[in-house]
Order: sequence, then C-alpha cells, then structure tokens
Amino acid sequence: MKSIVAQELVKSYGKGGVKALDGLSLDVEEGTVLGLLGPNGSGKTTTVRVLATLLTPDSGSATVAGIDVLKHPDEVRKVIGLSGQYAALDETLTGWDNLTMFGRLYHLNSSGAKKRAEELLEQFSLTDAARRPIRTYSGGMRRRLDLAASLIVKPKVLFLDEPTTGLDPRGRMEMWGVIDELVKGGVTLLLTTQYLEEADQLADSIAVIDSGKVIARGSADELKNQVGGERLEITVEANQIADATRLVEQVTGVKPSVDHGIRKISAPVSNGSASLIQVLRLLDEAKIHPLDIGLKRPSLDDVFISLTGHVAEVVVGLEVGGKNAAKRK
Amino acid sequence: MLQSVSDFLVITKRQLLQMIRIPEVLIFATIQPAMFVLLFRYVFGGAIDSGVEGGYVQLLMPGIFVQTVAFTLAATAVGLAADMQKGLIDRFRSLPISRSAVVIGRTVGDTLQNVVTLIVMGLVGFLVGWRPSSGPIKIFLGFLFLLAFGYSMSWIGVIIGLSVREERVAQNLVFMTVFPLTFLSNAFAPTTGMPKILQYFAEWNPVSTMVAACRELFGTENVFGATANSWPSQNPILMSLIYMFLLVAIFAPISVRKYVRVSK
Repeated sequence: MKSIVAQELVKSYGKGGVKALDGLSLDVEEGTVLGLLGPNGSGKTTTVRVLATLLTPDSGSATVAGIDVLKHPDEVRKVIGLSGQYAALDETLTGWDNLTMFGRLYHLNSSGAKKRAEELLEQFSLTDAARRPIRTYSGGMRRRLDLAASLIVKPKVLFLDEPTTGLDPRGRMEMWGVIDELVKGGVTLLLTTQYLEEADQLADSIAVIDSGKVIARGSADELKNQVGGERLEITVEANQIADATRLVEQVTGVKPSVDHGIRKISAPVSNGSASLIQVLRLLDEAKIHPLDIGLKRPSLDDVFISLTGHVAEVVVGLEVGGKNAAKRK
Repeated sequence: MLQSVSDFLVITKRQLLQMIRIPEVLIFATIQPAMFVLLFRYVFGGAIDSGVEGGYVQLLMPGIFVQTVAFTLAATAVGLAADMQKGLIDRFRSLPISRSAVVIGRTVGDTLQNVVTLIVMGLVGFLVGWRPSSGPIKIFLGFLFLLAFGYSMSWIGVIIGLSVREERVAQNLVFMTVFPLTFLSNAFAPTTGMPKILQYFAEWNPVSTMVAACRELFGTENVFGATANSWPSQNPILMSLIYMFLLVAIFAPISVRKYVRVSK
C-alpha cells in the first residue's frame, strides 16, 4: 500500500510566479523510506510543507496514510509527525516542558503526556538534560528532542526535513542511528536531504528533485547504474603516467582518460576486481608503485551532475569530506 | 469545543512557564512602567498644574495604566514573530489542534502577564501618592477595563506578529504606532494645547477614551480631556466598550484566518 502519494503538485511563490513545485509527483510504499534529494531551492521543503498540511498547493493532489491532504487536513495531522530543518521548539522551556506541552496538544491526558515524555527522553538519551532549557542544548540534542516531539503519538508517517543540516559529523552519526532505529519500528518516512551520502545511507528509495520536479527515481544502486558502471582509477608519479596508461589500456581494452594535473588515470571496467588485480600485477612488474589505486562506483554526486547538468553546489564540499573519510579506512 | 478550550489553555500555560523560566522578561516588563510612573510623577508632575485634588499623580496613573496595557500588542506581536521565525508556529500548525488555539492562547497569556504588571504598577502608584477614591467595586471595574482593553489590543499584535515574521521588525513597527497613539491623547497632558484638528483626533483616540473611562472609574475628574466637546470624550466608558468590541470583532477573525494561511 502507498502511504504517501503526491500527484502533479504545483506551487508558485510571489508575484513573479517562481515555481517552487512544478508538477511534482511521488509515492512512498508503506513502511519504507524515501529520500528526497536535491540542492537548496529545489522544492524539497515545499513538498514536505504541502504533505504536512502547512501549505496549500496551487494545483495537484496528495494523500497521506490514505487521507486526502487538501480535503481532510485535520485527519492528516493526527497521523503525521514533522521535524523541520530548524529545531521548532520553545527555546526558553526545558526539554521536559516541551514534550509534555506537545503531548497535551496531541490530546494525551496529563499523566499520559508525562509518561510519554519520560519514555521519549529515555529513548533519545536526553533524560539527564530533561530539566534544562533547550537553549543550553547542543545542536544534536536539539534535533533529537525535535524528533522526539514529532513522535509523541507514534505517527504512521514521519516527515524529516533535512534532519542533519548544520550538525557536526558526530551529531549526524547519532541522528542517523536514531533514524535507523525508527525505520526498523516500521514508520513510513519521507526524508529530505542535500547530502547524497545521507540518502544513500538511510533511504530505501531515492527521488532526485530539481526545480520542483522529480527528475529521477530509484534505489541508490539503480541511480548509480544509470550513470555508468565501475571505473578503475590509478594515481601515479608524473613520470610514470605514460607507462601506467599503456598498462591500463592493455588490461581494459579502452583508452583511459588521464588527468595530468592530479596524475590520475581512469577507465571503465566491466569485471572490476579481476581487472584491478591484473593491473596491479602488471604495474608491479613494471616497478610502478601507484600512490592510490581503486575501483570507483559513481557517487550520487556523479548521478546528480549527469541528471541535472549542474553540480549540487552545497553538496560538493561535504562529499569530498566523505571520500577522504572512506580513504582513511 | 471542550477540546479547543484545553488546547488554548496549554498554549497559555506555556507562556506562564516562560515567565517562570525567564523571569527577567516579566521583571523588565514591570520595571519600565514603574519607571514611567516615577519619571512622570517627579519630572513633569511639578511642572503640570493639574488642578485636581491629590495632584497630578491622580491623573497620571490612569494614563500610564492605559499606555502599559496598550503595549500588550507589542508583547503579542514580538512573541508571535519570534515563534514564526523559529518555526514553532509551523509545528503548532502541523498538530491536530483547533485553528484558533495558538492565537487565543497567546492573547490570553499576554493578558495574564498584564495582571502581574498592573498589580506592581498600582503598588508603585500608591507609594507615590495615587489614591483612587471611588470605592473597591469601581476600582476593580477599572482594572477589569484595563485588562479587557489590553486583550483587545493584543489581537492587533497577532496580525502584526504573523505578518512581519521577524522579531525586530515587529518591535519597531509597534513602537512607531503605539507611542504616537499614547501621546496624542489625554494620558499625560491636557489636549487644550494641541491644534484643533489634533484635539479631535486625541478625543476620538481609543487611548483617550480609555484614560477618561479609567479616571472616571478611579474617581478623578478628567480635566485633561473633553476640550473639543466630542461625543467620545463625553461618553468615555461606552465609547471604550465599543472600541474594544470592534477591535476583537474585526481583528480576531482576521487573525485566525491569517494563522491558518500563514506560511514561512
């Protein structure tokens, strides 16, 4: 069953009629995670706001948990949880105050709200900070509490709008762990992110969105295959480039592309690891010791560029960080 | 119905909790009017010949009370703008609560803060010589009037807060409008010195009718008003009630509509 369905959503802002959504359609199978991936301004947040009943689209329709978002927004609000990119909490109040307040607003009775607050604080490791004002919390703690507040009534459908934007790497890892646990619990999740890595990590299925439209849809693997298969990449000393290039061509049967600036040779391969071993053996015989060698599958970065024709600006720096981290392993 | 009452009470309770968690806000909200009492009492009080029994302070206190409750709209506007800015309004709007709960909760909460402020100001006034002479029932009615006026002004604050979406803009906008309103009135000085056209404005000004009404309820002759002999200056209590009714009747529905459609 589909838990979220959006059809042909259109939303323009302002007099100029800038289209934030331009015929966006998507659907999410019950109990799965859809990663809505796109750069800033691509329409991710607008999509979430429409589905979470905060914004009325100019045209199009949507259902959440089988309920029409435009006709019965009140019913939708009973079954969804929303956690935004800005931690929407009362900063002056304590974590406890916030959770009990939201519990009451979800119409739990007083003792029910307190009990649920306790459970959630425990679940999100915030019990020690429960009696402190939110303004003293770290970014990661705020996000966790914000997420906790959206889980008070165990929603059927959860919307997380850029849950890790602005968090440090540790906060991000913690948040990923928490989200992973939730997903195991069976909630349907729509997650927006500008981190390709995050969509890859958390989502069952990814919808790439650009200029208010879904431009590609599939699992991370499917999207990567759409761009092309594996590539062999070797970095060598400058004076060995010519020799190494010849060896790579000999193995792969394709003329490799060479980037002299970073001394990198790369070529597509069909039988990845076998080619890698063969090239390594030949290089060894030729007494060439590569500085770096490996098989590279296209990153979602590559996917994004090949789909949109432009780089997902915000993402590039982070993705480089990600690659370096992977190398260190 | 019962559910929507409990919804707005939760929002109101949130504001009371804020007062406990950051008492500075209430302290400053109280110090400022108390300071005004002292400044006007001792700086202008000597220069202005009031001609009423008990001196200038009898006329001054209703003026300062009204000015203070008129500024409730600032508290409301700034509070809501801050909630908008932080995305809290979005969260409230994603909850299954009645569409009027947040704005009613806010206006009621701000009015409860006024209770505390008015008590403190009344005490400061008493210390510097304010002696309402109309008896406990009328005095109580006077304060009730003040709270009701603050509450109705608060609805204008809702619209400002939801429209400007930024705390500082809300603050500037409110000060630019409320200050002239409170000074172009009979609150602190007689309107006789103003050009005739301003006298009319001053007498139709809700702040003036409120001040005149409170002077009446607290038992002081309103020697600062009624120079242009306009109807509101002669029927201040009735006129104030009409103003309050109009403020709520016009601005409350607009506020709720605004809240339902507001989007960041």
